[in-house]
Amino acid sequence: MKQTQQLRSKIDFKLFGSMWALIVIGWLTIYSAGYDSSHPWIFDVSKNYGKTFIWIIICILLNIIILNINSKVFSVFSYIYYIISILSLVLVYFIADDVKGARAWIDFGYFKFQPSEFAKLSTALALSNYMSDLDVTFNQLKTYIVAFALIFIPMGLVLAQHDMGSALVFLSFFFLLHRFGMASWILYSGIYLMFITILSLFFKPYMIAAFLMIILAVWLYRNRTSKEFKNFLTLSIISIVLTFAFSTSVEFIISKMDKHQRDRINVMAGKGGNDWNVRQSLIAIGSGQFIGKGYLNGTQSKGNFLPAKETDFIFCTIGEEFGFVGTILFLILFVYFMMRIINQAEKQKSNYAKIYGYAIVSIMAFHFFINIGMSLGLLPVIGIPLPFMSYGGTSLVAFTILVTVFIRMDIEKWILS
Amino acid sequence: MRDIFPNRIKVLQFFIMFWFIIFTLRLFHLQIIDKNSLKRSQSNAIKELIDYPQRGQIFDRNNILVVNNQSLYDIIVTPSEIDKNIDSFLLCQVLNIPIEYYSEIIKKANNISKYKPFIFLKQVSFENYQLFQESSFKFKGFYAQTRSIRQYPFNCGALIFGDIGEVDSSQILAYQDYAYLSGDYIGKNGIENYYEPYLRGERGIKVIMVDALNRVKGTYADGKYDKEPKAGFDLESSLDINLQIFGEELMRNKSGAIVAIEPATGEILAMVSSPTFDPNLLSGKSRNKYYPILLRNKAKPLYNRAIQGLYPPGSTFKSIIALIALQMNAIDTNFTYYCPGYYPIGAKRLKCSHRHAPCRNIKEALTQSCNPYFCQTFRNSIEIDNSRYSAQLDYQIWYENMMKFGVNKKLDLDLKNEKKGNLPDTTFYNKIYKNQWKPTTVISLGIGQGEVLMTPLQMASSYCVIANRGYHYTPHLIRKILISDDKFELPQIKKQVINIQKAYFESVIDGLEKVVQVGTGRSAKIADISVCGKTGTSQNPHGQDHSVFVGFAPKHDPKIVVACIVENAGSGGSTAAPIVSLMIEKFIKKEIPTSRMGLVNSIKNRVITKFKIDETDSTTKKQN
Repeated sequence: MKQTQQLRSKIDFKLFGSMWALIVIGWLTIYSAGYDSSHPWIFDVSKNYGKTFIWIIICILLNIIILNINSKVFSVFSYIYYIISILSLVLVYFIADDVKGARAWIDFGYFKFQPSEFAKLSTALALSNYMSDLDVTFNQLKTYIVAFALIFIPMGLVLAQHDMGSALVFLSFFFLLHRFGMASWILYSGIYLMFITILSLFFKPYMIAAFLMIILAVWLYRNRTSKEFKNFLTLSIISIVLTFAFSTSVEFIISKMDKHQRDRINVMAGKGGNDWNVRQSLIAIGSGQFIGKGYLNGTQSKGNFLPAKETDFIFCTIGEEFGFVGTILFLILFVYFMMRIINQAEKQKSNYAKIYGYAIVSIMAFHFFINIGMSLGLLPVIGIPLPFMSYGGTSLVAFTILVTVFIRMDIEKWILS
Repeated sequence: MRDIFPNRIKVLQFFIMFWFIIFTLRLFHLQIIDKNSLKRSQSNAIKELIDYPQRGQIFDRNNILVVNNQSLYDIIVTPSEIDKNIDSFLLCQVLNIPIEYYSEIIKKANNISKYKPFIFLKQVSFENYQLFQESSFKFKGFYAQTRSIRQYPFNCGALIFGDIGEVDSSQILAYQDYAYLSGDYIGKNGIENYYEPYLRGERGIKVIMVDALNRVKGTYADGKYDKEPKAGFDLESSLDINLQIFGEELMRNKSGAIVAIEPATGEILAMVSSPTFDPNLLSGKSRNKYYPILLRNKAKPLYNRAIQGLYPPGSTFKSIIALIALQMNAIDTNFTYYCPGYYPIGAKRLKCSHRHAPCRNIKEALTQSCNPYFCQTFRNSIEIDNSRYSAQLDYQIWYENMMKFGVNKKLDLDLKNEKKGNLPDTTFYNKIYKNQWKPTTVISLGIGQGEVLMTPLQMASSYCVIANRGYHYTPHLIRKILISDDKFELPQIKKQVINIQKAYFESVIDGLEKVVQVGTGRSAKIADISVCGKTGTSQNPHGQDHSVFVGFAPKHDPKIVVACIVENAGSGGSTAAPIVSLMIEKFIKKEIPTSRMGLVNSIKNRVITKFKIDETDSTTKKQN
């Protein structure tokens, strides 16, 4: 009893509170997005908002449980969870139904279970477990191999289900690896390639190469007296050629894509395309103006316009009903929430908790940037939920567990000391 | 792992802040700077309408429009947008429908989705559409969409042109190159089906703004998101529509088929399958009503006898028998056979059709259509040398020569469901006769009976080889796909050359000319056109024999080959031959001289069918 009280006082309420603020805002937004005048009760379980309420109750129970059990339950058995989730990913490939081209859900009748959401959790746990070992450093090749395998095995399996969005999220673990010692060039060249990929959507490969050439020419000119000039020159030429080749291949791959995928990309690059979702999303957000139309008063994001209004495009409802003010406040809340986890992670004494904390921020940050970037027409349409906000039981529960486990670890920092 | 890179924390922090700033700027642009958003927020809704393309039209060889489009209107409803106080009574009055229909359809639409547009009423006429448009502001949630249905001004060629209907789920999956949506029309049969990718065009999209009263306020964003529909390509058919109409009239109240081909190109000039029906029956709304009726009709009007009907070619086969025998050196042109009135097959006898003088050459044999002569000719062809197994080996060579004429082979014309006919090969006979067979076993092939079965199209095409003296082209119905005003695509046509000496063709053609002048095909004679042809009597185990005639004209430089089969009409000379001669005359002279109008009328009024007239005809003309 005393311990519980002590425990309660040690909870990081800033983190805990911002998480629950997001969950509640999410629920209210789902209610507004899916509002049906013939079922006005927010607890009506025949509607997505009523179902979300049930999931929220489940999350409360999970909170109580997780906050009261030793976090070793997660850390010690992390490899077992990892193996279980790998197996369920394999299983889902064989038994799942095809939903919009993705085989990612196991249907339990009342609800659908999406193993890829839990794969993120178990991969975070397993990676943290592996990397927290004091003997593991990135001076050894073995570390790279094991860490990459831990990431790419579930990622490959998710990709095999044609669930591109969830697969991309696994790349976020590279932030984690980098933070704890992975060679910097891997992350930077990854980001560079991503950057070139996005540029390739807007510009022709030769334009990108020419642009790079100008930058490098200036850089070379300034280093013209350097002893290393020859090496710099070689390096520059190689990088221009590689960039050009990469950009050309991106263009080629896009031209070989399915029509609907190419459309999505073209819409984003302003090339005319024909993606209904993005267009409607921009209209909804844009029509919110400065202060929005008011809660439940959105017209564009309701009803027939946006098919994924309660899931992937949930951000539109906020944009339309609360305007610029609302979206900025929401972004601030979300950024605060992520920064708070980083802050707390840095304060952890246990290596495991620190790495794990960093892992979950990486996941959140990736979801944040892809989902909102897509809603704002900055990135191609990739189906990926906005944490705590998008409708979807598995995703809500998985994110809640993900963060609550960290909060519990944070408490243990005091208990153990 | 020891934490030795504490500074790297900044990378992720930077990443998050970077996107936070980008998002803020983007939101600032979208929600505050962008002028369009204000306009958008004032307009209540933006609607995406499908702009259906105009389906390609079909012309005949003389540039006469034979299949065109007629505009009609579908009324679409979106249940969630219906005003609670809508005057449904007025709506039903305007659209001329019973009031119960309204509640029934709205209920159906609600069951599917409140927000999805649903077709309330299909193919509303222009008059009703105008009434609807006048008071459309009273019908919030309803709007009209233009659709077009097919129209066949000449009421003919039903099985050639085919019909269009709403695409079904199996067809949506079958076409990988175009994303059909339910509600789209697709060619179901005939040319409509075969040339679907050319005819369909491409759907367009129109994005419009609608106000609270559902009045269209104009295009959205100056049509930036609109997509113009692309009309389908027009087709130029090789048909001569007047010849087609004439052929269908001649075949009225008869079962059978006529196929007319221009031999020099393989272009099909007319293709009649009888009984037939008015193609307008299967256009638009009435399709649902008439298709099952036609399907159930015992006379099988949906069955294209010209390419699916299998008949023994009868004596028309003899000219090909002769040509192959000549080329195989089994006989020469002066081969003589003294017909005793029968051909002995062991103890049995195969009778000749009539008593006649001995045939001293091919010409006379064809003129008399002497059965024993051609049995012997056929026998010689598969018994080139007299060793024990020669029949089986030579038969295979003979069989392969036959295939070159298009027998037992699909001709791959531009219609689906073509039958390939039948002619057994050596393997087949070896199997059923356990290798114990002799030329006499299969001797009836020599007179076009027995196992050999051909479609009227194959009969016509095989005579194209004779008319051309050695080659034929893939028969086809469409000769040009009109991509634009000055650009067109040609269908893929193959030339099949048959290596037979020209002299052999000439002697057979001389015989065919004699057939019409003095032989069994005298009823095909035309005063000033030299017609060559061959009668046939296609034996039918189920009843009266079928009357067959295949001919071409003029003798030198043939312009047209016509094959005709009239079921249960007896000998070839009786019905088929005059029909062929009239078809030839109609095509060459464009008009039938008045002296022959009596023949035309007598054939038109001849009733030769085992089905009662009301069964074949009652449903075939559209009741208005």
